[in-house]
Amino acid sequence: MMNREPKQYSSGEVLAPPTERYTILGWLHKNLFSTWYYTLLTLVTLYILYAILKPSLIWIFTQAQWEVVVANLRLFMVGQYPKDQIFRIWLALDLLAFTVGLAWALFLPKERRVGAVLVIIPLLLASLPFISSYSRINWILFAAIGVAGWALGRWQPKKMRRPLIVLMLGYFPILILLISGFEPILKLVKTNYWGGLLLTMLLAVVGITLSFPLGILLALGRQSELPIVKTFSILYIEMVRGVPLVTILFMAQLMLPLFLPPGMKIDNVLRAMAGMVLFAAAYMAENVRGGLQAIPKGQHEAAWALGLNGFQTMFYIILPQALRNVIPVIVGQFIALFKDTSLVAIVGLLDLLGIASTVLAQPEFIGRQREVYLFIALIYWVFSYAMSYASRRLEVALGVGER
Amino acid sequence: MRETVAKVKTTPEQILSLSEEDRSAAIERGELPIVLAHEVHKWYGNFHVLRGINMEVYKGEVIVIFGPSGSGKSTFIRTINRLEEHQKGHIIVDGTELSRDVRNIEKIRMETGMVFQQFNLFPHLTVMQNITLAPIHVRKWPKEKAEEVAMQLLKRVGIPEQADKYPGQLSGGQQQRVAIARALAMQPKIMLFDEPTSALDPEMIKEVLDVMIELAESGMTMLVVTHEMGFARAVANRMYFFDQGQIVESGTPEEIFSDPKEDRTKLFLSQILH
Ligand SMILES: Nc1ncnc2c1ncn2[C@@H]1O[C@H](COP(=O)(O)OP(=O)(O)OP(=O)(O)O)[C@@H](O)[C@H]1O
Ligand SMILES: [Mg+2]
Repeated sequence: MMNREPKQYSSGEVLAPPTERYTILGWLHKNLFSTWYYTLLTLVTLYILYAILKPSLIWIFTQAQWEVVVANLRLFMVGQYPKDQIFRIWLALDLLAFTVGLAWALFLPKERRVGAVLVIIPLLLASLPFISSYSRINWILFAAIGVAGWALGRWQPKKMRRPLIVLMLGYFPILILLISGFEPILKLVKTNYWGGLLLTMLLAVVGITLSFPLGILLALGRQSELPIVKTFSILYIEMVRGVPLVTILFMAQLMLPLFLPPGMKIDNVLRAMAGMVLFAAAYMAENVRGGLQAIPKGQHEAAWALGLNGFQTMFYIILPQALRNVIPVIVGQFIALFKDTSLVAIVGLLDLLGIASTVLAQPEFIGRQREVYLFIALIYWVFSYAMSYASRRLEVALGVGER
Repeated sequence: MRETVAKVKTTPEQILSLSEEDRSAAIERGELPIVLAHEVHKWYGNFHVLRGINMEVYKGEVIVIFGPSGSGKSTFIRTINRLEEHQKGHIIVDGTELSRDVRNIEKIRMETGMVFQQFNLFPHLTVMQNITLAPIHVRKWPKEKAEEVAMQLLKRVGIPEQADKYPGQLSGGQQQRVAIARALAMQPKIMLFDEPTSALDPEMIKEVLDVMIELAESGMTMLVVTHEMGFARAVANRMYFFDQGQIVESGTPEEIFSDPKEDRTKLFLSQILH
């Protein structure tokens, strides 16, 4: 804590450390061929890459029949969601673009990469040859609304602060309302029509959004001085962590009805969501607890000595530091949760993976496993990578590990 | 001939029998002590750390507590704002007795500020936020007022230009001065210091001591655990020598330095005054 180098110099004052400059050949020599065993390693690696990539690329570009993806694109994206209601999903996306655009202008004005995500990626998607013109227009609209949000934020930064916070807090309920509908304005769309990437994303978003606060509460409960709260938290955390997620999903599908009063029914998707949230919360609790324990006792004492009560000490002093320190772990858990949503296919839900099996069951696409699984793997990878990249940027922005 | 260990004149009953207004008035006039410790005992398990501490501090006095490592100095000063619980005896701060009653603890913590050896600034908040946090959330001041007071305090401790930096960007001496400003922002009646300069490099000790001397001269009631004998000589009204959980000797700096009565005090002074 003491005698740290100041970390925020204005840019002109300090020169960056000198960087070495190479020619391409020099770089190659230094990094790949500097000794005989480096050379050997480089050659072996190159050969393995060649052996894997050549047949893969040949297959991808000449033999694979991508029709199965193109023809079922809507199924993969939204499942059986009624065609005439898809505008609601676009509405949810547009609201997201607007929110991100605003947040970009207000919170991260220097972060150009947000712009790339908000503008370049949707425009790239819009230019894909095989998508419908309806989607094309909507992707362009998405980019335009994102830019509009950004412009509004630049123009009225002070006035837009409050609306932005309302939007950020309200986005989750609005999203659920939009997708599920509310009579009489928006037709109800039952959860068994939700499918594909839409369902995968909803499972992940619900799981992440709800398990986070629940996990914090459990972590605090575990440290509580009230014996009942403490015992309950410990029992809960240890029991859930001792059981695989699939088991919990099956329990939620098969056992939950036993506990509910007869006549009361919860549909499959909600059950799966509940299972995921309860599962993830236990792990979240342990991550947060690790962060809490790493905060030195002096921080509590300084807060108490100033007259802050237990809640204020936790809320203003301990939790912000604890959470900041465990961001990498938490994001890692979010990514795991996102990928774990694929387990709901086992209990019969039609998420991205579940849709894949129904597509493959269509007679005209029998034997197209490679294409289908490669496609959904790509989707999982893109989202997981995006999350881990965002978390690294966030760590840098918050100075995690520097304190 | 003076007694080496001060017997406290005041009994807890004397304070507690008065009405709240009468207590404050008497403390204000200097007739009753603002801090009274009466036969205070504390154990860590079987280990008897505080063995019958008696001390009375009147408004505006500066008290220096010193003694060998492990003698219970920190433990004692931390019982005064209940960072440690005492198990026997009475501690009465500004007319309020410390007990299990949470309201009393909250009241006393609002009236006492504490400065720690390790500064304990909040690393995720700026200097300004460190100072204004408690006034805003505990005293319920509006943000503008809290920031105005904070700025005055930063000027008083000599670092107004650091307001927007984070603690990690300051030197040790600057951090400790922020910690003093943070404690003062709550406008406490009593300031507790636990070895405020021991974690500092020698060249930074003076800047912190200067702030403390200025504070003492402004009339603040202060209890200071320190081995900075220059500070004691300059501003202390009384000094207490702790050893093995007891007060072995007390007196004015003059008495302690030129005429220590107890052998243990002499030995200890000869060691640290080298
Ligand atoms: N939480 C604790 N549990 C058990 N023993 C403790 C605890 N805190 C302090 N002690 C013991 O109590 C004794 C007094 O500690 P204290 O910190 O009050 O000493 P000190 O006079 O401040 O010493 P120093 O000059 O080293 O700061 C020491 O022997 C210490 O080991
Ligand atoms: Mg100590």
